[in-house]
Amino acid sequence: MATQHSRSAARIMMAPAVIVLLGWMLVPLMMTLYFSFKKYLPLRGGDLGWVGFENYARFVSSSSFWPAVATTLIIVGSVLVITVVLGILLAILLDQPMWGQGYVRILVIAPFFVMPTVSGLVWKNMFMDPVNGFFAHLWRAFGAEPIQWLSQASMPSIVMIVSWQWLPFATLILLTAIQSLDTEQVEAAEMDGAKPFGRFLYIVLPHLARAITVVILIQTIFLLSIFAEIFVTTAGAFGTKTLTYLIFQRVLESQNVGLGSAGGVYAIILANIVAIFLMRIVGKNLDR
Amino acid sequence: MARAATTRRKTFNTIVSWSIGLLIFFPILWIIVLSFKSEGDAIRTPLEVLTSAWSFDSYSVVQNRSDYFKHFSNSVIVAVGSTLLGILVAVPAAWSMAFVPSKRTRGILMWMLSTKMLPAVGVLYPIYLLCIELGVLDSRIALVVILMLINLPIIVWMLYTYFKEIPGEILEAARMDGATLRSELLYVLTPMAIPGIASTILLNVILAWNEAFWTLNLTAAKAAPLTAFIASYSSPEGLFYAKLSAASVMAIAPILIMGWFSQKQLVRGLTFGAVK
Repeated sequence: MATQHSRSAARIMMAPAVIVLLGWMLVPLMMTLYFSFKKYLPLRGGDLGWVGFENYARFVSSSSFWPAVATTLIIVGSVLVITVVLGILLAILLDQPMWGQGYVRILVIAPFFVMPTVSGLVWKNMFMDPVNGFFAHLWRAFGAEPIQWLSQASMPSIVMIVSWQWLPFATLILLTAIQSLDTEQVEAAEMDGAKPFGRFLYIVLPHLARAITVVILIQTIFLLSIFAEIFVTTAGAFGTKTLTYLIFQRVLESQNVGLGSAGGVYAIILANIVAIFLMRIVGKNLDR
Repeated sequence: MARAATTRRKTFNTIVSWSIGLLIFFPILWIIVLSFKSEGDAIRTPLEVLTSAWSFDSYSVVQNRSDYFKHFSNSVIVAVGSTLLGILVAVPAAWSMAFVPSKRTRGILMWMLSTKMLPAVGVLYPIYLLCIELGVLDSRIALVVILMLINLPIIVWMLYTYFKEIPGEILEAARMDGATLRSELLYVLTPMAIPGIASTILLNVILAWNEAFWTLNLTAAKAAPLTAFIASYSSPEGLFYAKLSAASVMAIAPILIMGWFSQKQLVRGLTFGAVK
């Protein structure tokens, strides 16, 4: 149907996007791979030659590697559980008939549009500050000793901040999915005497399965690389150093580029494992 | 009887939903309140804060700091510039994939998506080094190009899903009537594609405005957009709650308003069409 002429025109039209993305992907990736096999300290001698897999071994055996992996997994895991569970509940709630539904939805999704540095700083200062923060005032009002949120409860604090940012995303996507649910099916089940919990378990939840998977995968990819929230709050102190933050410190703060690059390769592999699953789901949707 | 029950349920839903909605929105509401207070009042207890005098002082202080508008305009230039550049590159690509699909279209789309999954920190040093070598570290042009590349997969995907919805028969009819590729594009496709392109622009301006990895790592004083400028408040001196609040409100207000208009597109754009 499409002529030879339009085919070659199509190829030319596609070329710029493909070429720039290919360059964007390949050039830095090759450089990271290259550096990862070198002892490279820009401020202390520069390029000190090839070292084989030494950087890879050293990155994994350093004392901060496993804590960073644990921190990353705890943050990603906790935020996923919180946002998905609360997101499902909120989506179901917001789908019910009520007054001012549109306005409530606006309130709920607002945090997603707040830039990460602002939300990090606002939570750190205006809410979690142990002297002047909102929580400190609240705690004192009830006669309790204010909590040093970001030092004594650093992980729960970070998880709370990040969950606040991502709950709107989960809610919005799950709400969109719920609204595409066939109401006749639910009504039929209701007539047949299905209890609310049964309807949720056997009709709503299976219908949401795909959307939940998508939320989990997309959030995982973004959460694996959260940076600004930690940068402006704890700067990696108090056990909040994630893999991303560790690599950032190796590369830019201590300027050990070889070691950081090896870490970068690990991060790329980790992200790719998640990405494969996401791509499979998105790909399936393309066929329909 | 039934009506009374549903009204009661609706009232209950309304109360619960509004309470939760306000709870989630509260941090934003609270910085709006603090931004209208003096520094001395902003650190008092919440009740004292609410009953103290209101003023616009913090806003004028922040605006009088000569650099605030520089950073604000950096944000505008970087967000809008990278989005428009991305649209320029993506429209032809998405058009050809949607209307002249080949065996490779699916593969190319999936590959584009996969570049989006590359963790930024994995290529931090190469990009940093390239910026130094090209003399564009701490420049707006570097951010425009990099944010364009980061968001290009999303732009192509969104445009592709929108273009896909334009019925192909219309194009065939235009072709039958002897329309050339150029007039087909100009008079048939463009008017139908405008809404999709507009939503794509909206979402990507939001994403670029809030991007906080490259903007933090590749800028210093000169090209820093608001994300990086506000991060400089993380080690403040003296009283600063009211000023930080005012700066934050000004930084998030335009995006908040745009975001509320783009809820639907947000879902489509961020799930790559997997949830509609």
